[in-house]
Amino acid sequence: MTGLPLLTASQMASFTARGFLRFDGVVPDDINAQFLAEMGEIASPQPDSTLRQAYGRLLAEAGVPEVAAGTPLARAYPQGSAVNRMLELPLVAGAIRSLVGEDPTFDHHFLHVTFPPAYHSGGESVSQHTHQDSTIDPRTAFDVQIMYYPHAVTREMGGTRFIPGTHLRKVSEVALGRYQNIRGQQHMVCEAGTLLFLHSGVWHGGGVNLAERTRTMFKIRMNPSRSQARKFDLSTLQPQSAQRPIFYVKAQPPESIEEILMTPEPWFEQDTGRLEMLNRIKLWRYLTGDPTYDADYWLTRLENQASA
Amino acid sequence: MTRQKVLVLYLANSALDAPTVAWAVYDGTGETRPMAGDTDTPPYKTGVDALKDGWRLFQASQILPHQRGAEFDVSYLKYEFFFERLVEVAA
Repeated sequence: MTGLPLLTASQMASFTARGFLRFDGVVPDDINAQFLAEMGEIASPQPDSTLRQAYGRLLAEAGVPEVAAGTPLARAYPQGSAVNRMLELPLVAGAIRSLVGEDPTFDHHFLHVTFPPAYHSGGESVSQHTHQDSTIDPRTAFDVQIMYYPHAVTREMGGTRFIPGTHLRKVSEVALGRYQNIRGQQHMVCEAGTLLFLHSGVWHGGGVNLAERTRTMFKIRMNPSRSQARKFDLSTLQPQSAQRPIFYVKAQPPESIEEILMTPEPWFEQDTGRLEMLNRIKLWRYLTGDPTYDADYWLTRLENQASA
Repeated sequence: MTRQKVLVLYLANSALDAPTVAWAVYDGTGETRPMAGDTDTPPYKTGVDALKDGWRLFQASQILPHQRGAEFDVSYLKYEFFFERLVEVAA
């Protein structure tokens, strides 16, 4: 027993299917206030200063430590700092343990600040192209990115846009930037102290900030250093007794891991939407350590080598 | 003189009357500045609906065979349709 509040099987299945978990307002106000104080004041827009210069000054003066990639996450932030206190919240530590296992490795972090139109001084104020972070990633293993929103975010501020269920797509960073809008996309509108846990493959982008004030979001990426299998609350994982009827069903099936894993997203293409289901099942096998698991017969059918 | 407006629709399968799952607009007149995340509702329910509204189709993605060993990989959206509309602008 870890003593941490680990994620339930249903939460893990939802993360497997959709690539995110959202926890609204879970970071206490005193940590949010400490974080914003550590980041420092953001200077008012100046006519003779470009946005790039203003952002550069902000990043140079903010109280974010430079941390080498590959550092154990537990040693990345000073004791008592706002980020360290946030990471040590039981809910946060339990979610991290459930998703990336013990002793995760720090990858990188960044202080994302979007500036309102007053800072653009004639330049364009636009949203960020939708992208997948890092580069083509063919692994089944995955990294986790925590997006921390230390102050309330309104729709006008252009909070992080992300598309649930895109995490299993093997793409190359912003090669998909042509897609401006995708059915089912979500925009982060939240209260202060909200955390968004993202599978590293989820497509996302920062929105254009049309509000009066800057918007701040702090991102931390972490890698697993050990197996990610069976790290969640296994007491909530019910054994699968049998496959359920498929296609010809007379009523809405009851809530189950299979129901969570097999729920499509609004943007799914009709053929590749089925491949998404296959890939979700493969990820669930990885996370549960059960190479025989199947949902709705997708892999059983393909693995049936009847002539062998 | 004329300028080009471009509409890109991503459909749920290779048929032009399939439902729209993603979309983009690029405006060569400079009158509007479409961008990522600017609308959550598709401008047309299907590609045929765009045709009915006067958009001219000028490119559609091919239907390609699946690479051996990568049959179950998913990556970019498959069913991409480019439309254009020519707009008169002041010289």
